[in-house]
Amino acid sequence: MTYIVKPKLRHPAIPVNKLGFTHRDYEGTVSTLCAGCGHDSISAAIIQACFELAIEPHRVAKLSGIGCSSKTPAYFLGQSHGFNSVHGRMPSVLTGANLANKDLLYLGVSGDGDSASIGLGQFVHCVRRGVNMVYITENNGVYGLTKGQFSATADKGSKSKGGASNMDTALDLVSMALMVGASFVGRSFSGDKEQMVPLIMAAMRHPGPAFIDIISPCVAFNNHAGSTKAYDFVRAHNDAVNRLDIMEPRDPITVEYAPGTTEEVALHDGSSLRLAKLDANYDANDRIMAMAYLQAKAAKGELVTGLIYLDKHATDMHANLDTVDSPLNLMSEKELCPGAKALDGFNASHR
Amino acid sequence: MSPIKSVNDFVVKFANVNGSGSASANEMFARSLLRMGVPVASRNIFPSNIQGLPTWYEVRVSGQGWLGRRGGVDLMVAMNPQTWDKDIASIDPGGYLFYDSSRPIPLSKFRSDINIIRMPLTEICNATYSDPRQRQLFKNIIYIGALTQLLGIEADLLETMIGEQYRNKQALIAPNHQALHLGHDYARDNLAGACGLKVERIDAVKDRIFVNGNEAAALGCVYGGATVAAWYPITPSTSVAEAFAKLCKKYRTDAESGKNKYAIIQAEDEISAIGAVIGAGWNGARSFTATSGPGISLMQEFLGLAYFAEIPAVIINVQRGGPSTGMPTRTQQADILLCAYASHGDTKHILLFPEDPKELFEFAALSFDLAERLQTPIFILEDLDIGMNEWLCEPFTWDDSRTYDRGKIMTAADLDAGKTFGRYLDVDCDAIPYRTLPGEHPTKGAYLTRGTSRDRFAKYSEEGDVYQDNMQRLLRKFETAKSHVPAPVIRQQKEKTRFGAIYFGSTTPAMNEALAALEAAGLHLDLMRLRAFPFCDAVSDFIHAHDQIFVIEQNRDAQMRMLLVNECGIDPARFISILNYDGTPITARFIISSITGRMTMTSREAAE
Repeated sequence: MTYIVKPKLRHPAIPVNKLGFTHRDYEGTVSTLCAGCGHDSISAAIIQACFELAIEPHRVAKLSGIGCSSKTPAYFLGQSHGFNSVHGRMPSVLTGANLANKDLLYLGVSGDGDSASIGLGQFVHCVRRGVNMVYITENNGVYGLTKGQFSATADKGSKSKGGASNMDTALDLVSMALMVGASFVGRSFSGDKEQMVPLIMAAMRHPGPAFIDIISPCVAFNNHAGSTKAYDFVRAHNDAVNRLDIMEPRDPITVEYAPGTTEEVALHDGSSLRLAKLDANYDANDRIMAMAYLQAKAAKGELVTGLIYLDKHATDMHANLDTVDSPLNLMSEKELCPGAKALDGFNASHR
Repeated sequence: MSPIKSVNDFVVKFANVNGSGSASANEMFARSLLRMGVPVASRNIFPSNIQGLPTWYEVRVSGQGWLGRRGGVDLMVAMNPQTWDKDIASIDPGGYLFYDSSRPIPLSKFRSDINIIRMPLTEICNATYSDPRQRQLFKNIIYIGALTQLLGIEADLLETMIGEQYRNKQALIAPNHQALHLGHDYARDNLAGACGLKVERIDAVKDRIFVNGNEAAALGCVYGGATVAAWYPITPSTSVAEAFAKLCKKYRTDAESGKNKYAIIQAEDEISAIGAVIGAGWNGARSFTATSGPGISLMQEFLGLAYFAEIPAVIINVQRGGPSTGMPTRTQQADILLCAYASHGDTKHILLFPEDPKELFEFAALSFDLAERLQTPIFILEDLDIGMNEWLCEPFTWDDSRTYDRGKIMTAADLDAGKTFGRYLDVDCDAIPYRTLPGEHPTKGAYLTRGTSRDRFAKYSEEGDVYQDNMQRLLRKFETAKSHVPAPVIRQQKEKTRFGAIYFGSTTPAMNEALAALEAAGLHLDLMRLRAFPFCDAVSDFIHAHDQIFVIEQNRDAQMRMLLVNECGIDPARFISILNYDGTPITARFIISSITGRMTMTSREAAE
């Protein structure tokens, strides 16, 4: 539906955020994905999150690989630069972009084929390198663009639309992210906007590698009985461990939760994150416990969603590399070139 | 066989065991000759191994200043029993064998037409040192001490150099001096007159420096403003990244904050390395990777993306022997076609061919200007011979008034001034479009970079004519590149000749020497040294001005010849290939014999 151009007119009473931007300012072109695709709901959640946080769209760089999910950066943040790279290799491109300019917000959008199959290595290494980013996988367990093959996140025993069973063990990207050092790990469901939006907002405020796996049913190839990534199946097996809210410093949102089950986490920019525990025993700051909890629930066929892990003391790749405070891409020969005199010294030391 | 007598013109070869500590002693030997004003060319011939396999170090001493590999050996320092037979066989008749005579070796293991210099090195070490590691390490210094006496090298030079080397480890100076004297005094007392090879002080080195190409390349990256490096370890390119890290620490630490004005990541593989380089280039940082042939093979898909999406990137390819794992510790020029046409679909890339560390330094710095100006990957094709050996070359120079050419970047001010921004729009009729950097402007200039076909305004399109329009512009951009890349260096003989020779890269020193010998023999030949691909008009003009062109390369398939035939539309019959691809650097002797044979034959045919 690329021939449809969104109208520029807007209702005078449409809400604006503190930057004066409307929701529309965070949108992209009209989606060409199938009607009802979970990915479009995720795009809408990203738009909502950026609107709520009053992020300047041009200070976001959105990067993706190849696949249905990787097409979505065209459908949100039209004022942001984007990079639709090669299959499974977005993490390395994002890493390089981040090295060049630490001041932008890097949003990597990928899928289960892109990140768990062809790009598993890059996904893991990008996370373990501590790149400050929001990495979202739109996980449907299936290859959409090539019409319905299983991906590496398809559960063992799940059935394809054609009736074939997947006999390979599923990869769980959430477990992997925890294992390799993601300092923010969440999982959500494209049918649960209330959960997705604050989770994405919190990830955007997180100063380290933030990973969110979002189960996003494929209406064309993976939304049938026997699929573990179908809308009905996920709704029936969703186990949310908590609910989030982001508290802006000047504009607190009050949400009612049962006393004793909420936790406030201060974020580095002055805002705070309010975590309402739905499972009183779940501690999102304990990585080891989170990994054990995930496995236990997975064994029962339940899908854990919510903020699974948060390292309150996260740092990032630039801290590890001890780079200067200003972006590397802004430096000129004055700052970078040692000059002729230093070269004389180099020559002298090689005689 | 009379013993070879020569002053300042001979080859010494050290045969050692890898990991025995011989490398630094041997290099000190080579440097001592330079300090006597005598040019040397040194080459490491080493195995793909950490410890135990044979390794050689070859020093060509040439008062005349010939720096190519000569071939042949005048003095063999045979310290490795594993390679004894081959080492003995490689000595030129009348040459010398210096060996450790501590253990008896049967007479049948020697040759009658060489001169034997015996020294009981192990015995001397065992008598002097009790620690086994010391016995091993000082053995190297002891034989260097003996050689200084045998060849007439000024002994105090070595003492000074040891002092410099252990400036920060004072305790090591005295024992090293002692070892040096042990060797020197033994040779003085027992080996007087044993060697007819001599070094005499001259003034032929001048202010030249002794440096390896990989360090020069890394320094060029520092001077050229590279801030992001992503790499994966692979011989023989690893030392580029390591040298970059070392040089950045020295030159790029912010004086105020102590923080780094650079970022280096060791990636998980070459694919990730080039991905990061492309990501950084897209985001406006000067970035590079260093790799070798297998790495380039892995990077193919990304290289096509950078070509098609027009993203600056610099790739330093330190070529080694292929195909596959091939000969990882030997030299070749065999990645020319791989790089020229890297990736699927119709692609062409810019290649630079530096001749020595000095030009490598210059090309490395230049490559970032070219990458940003032309918005495409730039390949620097050096090789193991330049990269991992110390070369005697002119000192590096830098003009402090030089500024970086950041290419066509549309700024926020340009956008506000109402300039039309089309990411793939040819505004200036040079086929180079403008780009914007992420984060530049709140409402203008954003676009989605992609490897899929798109129109001039970066909008996705599968229209055939839109696709072709873009592909044609990329071809025109390649034409534009011809006037930006370094032009070939042409040397015309005084007498008109119908013979020409084309060469490039590390072949230069051997070619220089061959040319002088051919001239002396009355064989006249014009030379063209290629420095870049695409080939500018001067290249085809040179070819058309000669009936027969020798193309000298270090690969099996005559890849440069193929590229010339293909890109310049030349009749292949015009070219005669001279190919050296056994993994050792090409020699003047090989070039001379190949060219002499063909030129005299062709002249005879012409006479008939």
